[in-house]
Amino acid sequence: MAQVYFEDVSEGQEIPKLAQNCDSQRLVFWAAGSGDYYQIHYDKDFAQNTGLPDRITHGALKHALLGRLLDEWSGDGGRVLRVACSYRGMDMIDKDVLCRGVITGKRQENGSNVVDLEVWTEDPDGKKTTPGTAVVELPSK
Amino acid sequence: MTQQQASVITDEMRERIGVESEPTAHEVDNTGCRQFARAVGYTDAIYFDEATAKAKGHRAIVAPYGFLGHPVVVPGQAAGVPEAFRLNIPYKRVLNGGTDIQYMAEVCAGDKLSATTKLTDLTEREGKIGPMLIVNTETAFRNEKGETVAIQRGTAIRY
Repeated sequence: MAQVYFEDVSEGQEIPKLAQNCDSQRLVFWAAGSGDYYQIHYDKDFAQNTGLPDRITHGALKHALLGRLLDEWSGDGGRVLRVACSYRGMDMIDKDVLCRGVITGKRQENGSNVVDLEVWTEDPDGKKTTPGTAVVELPSK
Repeated sequence: MTQQQASVITDEMRERIGVESEPTAHEVDNTGCRQFARAVGYTDAIYFDEATAKAKGHRAIVAPYGFLGHPVVVPGQAAGVPEAFRLNIPYKRVLNGGTDIQYMAEVCAGDKLSATTKLTDLTEREGKIGPMLIVNTETAFRNEKGETVAIQRGTAIRY
């Protein structure tokens, strides 16, 4: 994909979406990759015994997916400076997590070209389950 | 919170706010970076292959956003569980409330980070799931040169 430059972006612009299915294999990959082995994410009996309908996608995986959304958008020349999000709604196993972002502002900070974004994840019903904000540095032309 | 309800926040817990833990070692290795990148669905080779990463100007395989190494935990030793997390909280269940990570410098495989955590706030709230205690923590990750490479702020909901 072509590099996106600071001059190309403006407030209100939406960045390309990222959809990631989170099946049991992905949640096990994540358990190993992150070191979070809490059983509500991969053991159905355990999850149901805590009152959940089924296993749920890890919050931190959704945070990392928002990082990937921004990394793939900003390309080799960009750099993600901050990703913050709240886990407001649960995402159930086997569902797609749709990651989205909209530019809320652009500014210069200590000689860097910085873009502020509103980011979030949506469940398949379009409900925002993980609202957040991000800061990304983009190269200049 | 209602007036009648007793607070679960003790003076002892309050005294822990702002106290920095002893550092915990976090190792960033090739396999760790690859495993994390695969879990998140990355396909960019800088997260998997050293030659590609170096050709693109990185020091080594790059740690994907969110990966700040694995803590070195030796069974039977207290290290690895920062003091800030060892609070005497009567609620046994926990939910992850949110994550905020600021990245100051790129982290690569081979980096040995040291992490110090402090409790930054304790708040009580009544929610749909009953009484909750919101535990805010802040962890600073430093490299071998002592530079802060990332700050992670976490929110745990105990209920």
